[in-house]
Amino acid sequence: MSVSGLKVEQAYQQLKIQAQQKLAGLQEKPYVLVGTATCGRAAGALNVMETFCNEIEKHQLDVKVLEVGCMGHCYAEPMVVINKPGFPQLCYGSVDEGIAARLVSDYLANDDPCFEFAMAALEPNDLFPTFSDYPRGVYEQKIVLTDCGLIDPQDIDHYLARDGYTALAKALDMGPDSVIAEIKNSKLRGRGGAGFPTGIKWETCKNAAGTPKYVICNADEGDPGAFMDRALLESNPHQLLEGLTIAAYAIGAAKGYIYVRAEYPLAITRLRTAIEQAREKGLLGESVLGSKFSFDIKIFQGSGAFVCGEETALIASIEGNAGIPNNRPPFPAISGFHGKPTIINNVKTLSYVSHIINHGADWFKSIGTPNSPGTAVFALAGKVVGTGLAEVPMGTTLRTLVYDVGNGIKDDKNFKAVQIGGPSGGCLPEPALDLPIDFDSLQEAGAMMGSGGLVVLDEDDCMVEIARFFLEFTQHESCGKCTFCRLGTKQMLDILTDITQGRGKPEDIDLLWELAEDIKIGSLCALGKTAPNPVLTTIRFFRSEYEAHIEEGRCPALMCKDLITYHIVPEKCSKLCDACIGSCPVEAVYTRPDMLKAIDLEKCVKCDNCLVTCLTLYQAVAKKSPPVVEEGES
Amino acid sequence: MSGIVTVIIDEKQITVPEGANLLRAALDNGVYIPHLCANEETEKPAASCRLCFVEIDGFLNPVTACTQQVKEGMVVRTRSRRIDRLVQTAFELLLSNHRLGCAKCARNGSCELQKIAKERGLKLKLTRLKSVVQETPIDDSPETFVYDASRCVLCGQCIWVDRHRVKVGAIGFIRRGMSRKVATFGETGFAKSRCTQCGECVKVCPVGALIPKAQG
Repeated sequence: MSVSGLKVEQAYQQLKIQAQQKLAGLQEKPYVLVGTATCGRAAGALNVMETFCNEIEKHQLDVKVLEVGCMGHCYAEPMVVINKPGFPQLCYGSVDEGIAARLVSDYLANDDPCFEFAMAALEPNDLFPTFSDYPRGVYEQKIVLTDCGLIDPQDIDHYLARDGYTALAKALDMGPDSVIAEIKNSKLRGRGGAGFPTGIKWETCKNAAGTPKYVICNADEGDPGAFMDRALLESNPHQLLEGLTIAAYAIGAAKGYIYVRAEYPLAITRLRTAIEQAREKGLLGESVLGSKFSFDIKIFQGSGAFVCGEETALIASIEGNAGIPNNRPPFPAISGFHGKPTIINNVKTLSYVSHIINHGADWFKSIGTPNSPGTAVFALAGKVVGTGLAEVPMGTTLRTLVYDVGNGIKDDKNFKAVQIGGPSGGCLPEPALDLPIDFDSLQEAGAMMGSGGLVVLDEDDCMVEIARFFLEFTQHESCGKCTFCRLGTKQMLDILTDITQGRGKPEDIDLLWELAEDIKIGSLCALGKTAPNPVLTTIRFFRSEYEAHIEEGRCPALMCKDLITYHIVPEKCSKLCDACIGSCPVEAVYTRPDMLKAIDLEKCVKCDNCLVTCLTLYQAVAKKSPPVVEEGES
Repeated sequence: MSGIVTVIIDEKQITVPEGANLLRAALDNGVYIPHLCANEETEKPAASCRLCFVEIDGFLNPVTACTQQVKEGMVVRTRSRRIDRLVQTAFELLLSNHRLGCAKCARNGSCELQKIAKERGLKLKLTRLKSVVQETPIDDSPETFVYDASRCVLCGQCIWVDRHRVKVGAIGFIRRGMSRKVATFGETGFAKSRCTQCGECVKVCPVGALIPKAQG
């Protein structure tokens, strides 16, 4: 180790020891961790935290309540972890104010850990199973999510005490070339969706002529149903800052930006705090850890345009111009921000960096598939039981992801498809369940890794409507610059809308296919180039649904409002119940002379209220497609 | 670097300065490639009209000629089934948002869309696609010209001369997606903007969006 390396190492060790000493005191007393990332808050985590604080005060206990990020189990929010010396650390799910009060009075004030509310223990013990005793825990392998939900994102000492910033100290000693060689050797691929090799991007930028150079973290997550980046920003911001700082050191940048969308206020607050604390500790700013390397980070808030996740549009936006893409090449690594060499990496990509520097490229390559090493973080959403964030090795099959990690389909319905990769991705049918997922296999299947959104669709989802939904999104988010995206997506959306509303024509499917193929090749940026994917995959795998809409005016999934009517099945209806009548907002449900109920189709607005209401009672409300025009029930 | 290179476009051998713009090189040597947004003076092509597709040996997919620099030995084709299909779709898409009716248009006969249609054998009416033209009021506030946004193809030529040649800065692109259009600041109309009515934008408009006011 060089002299300057020694100095860095000493500076780092001092920070780490201080942090560990500070936190050693915490372990000796009971404490409560409440997951207050956006997902937790939406489920009421702030009320739960308030209850904990009030009850702890009432019982006059010496218990600290800390805010942490997201553990990834969205289906069980709000989540709480309680540490009490003498007991295993226990995690409780779906905690409400009542459960919180019980946990304080029974567990913290007394010694009953309330196993009936517990989800899992964090470490192996004789009393309660751990996460790895469940299928989800068996198939998950956490790298970037490891500390999420377990450390206080607003206290840098939590990160430091768990060896945080070790990789930065190590990188500063290795030198830029060795850092790039390690990342290149690890075959880390960009997690933003395209899967470009990160090391090659860094090397190109380092060798590009022009100074100053810039690093930008792309945190403009915008796919419907994707929330991985938000969770990482809110739960472990220092992991990202460390990765970004290492990237800057590797390419020789002194200034970095984090482009976060303004709709992530909590992420921005936590990032600000993290940057502030890193500066105070000398991990950012002039001569990082006493080395010759200086670097600082600025947060730039995006104003909500989805296309700003595209790197040339993102650069235009930071430069103060309208967020509209430009032709590539030149690639940003050669000529980016203000025409200077710039690397733009996704939040997840940068979050892997410290782990690769710490454990080495070979370790990283031992996980996942040869061409897509490492793990993939998916945001499981839709009709799956275990919604949330799941980190699994690349090469895991969709079946494992949906049925083992996600615990299967809600309400015992039949699986129909997964929509993977958001609006740029595609819908894959049942036979694709055994596909090992990585960048290349998904591309071949016509979908895309995208940022990791994974929406599970069941028998009640109409594939034409799903395609229309995503097209509506991309059409709305098109910047309008190039012909194919501006007008092509509009034409496709109009055709899809016609089909879902019963106005489809037999030639529409071929026209959609032709347009989709041309838009894919013809568009200027990746938004337009990938926008047709939902249409192409649904036509390819679910053509019969398109045909049913067009030829029979029938929606097989009974989802398209214009192609269905609601009816009450007299044989199932009860004379003694009128719940459906109360649920109808337009008085379309009436009582027949024989006291059974029926629906006046003229008045019915197809709001689904009566069906949902009756679902728990008699299941007497049914949908029919093609729509029945004449009511023939009474 | 500043050598002369030989490239082959449609089996025609041409010599051009190395690094020259491919679209420009083709046009200058008598090979027509459809285009609307390309501008010989801009450094960064807008590449937004998506009409100048060509095939280059070694490239998987057709690429826009305006974004390519010529290289020694480059073999380029301006016509093929794939290119023709792409250009046709792009052209039809532009037509779907262009108020048709050539007979009543002041640009009839000198319209770039008509030229492309003639060169490529395309129809000047919609067959596959539906019209998505939005009704927009015509701005006839300037004394010397009229602006009809429903005929605009968003090529940006008017904005370029306004900003870079006459340096007035009266117009720009506003809004996004289907609502994107050329307008004065605050959409005041030309008469109330800083427009000097120099008429340069009217000269470069390839279609009938900016047209001189009829005499008298």
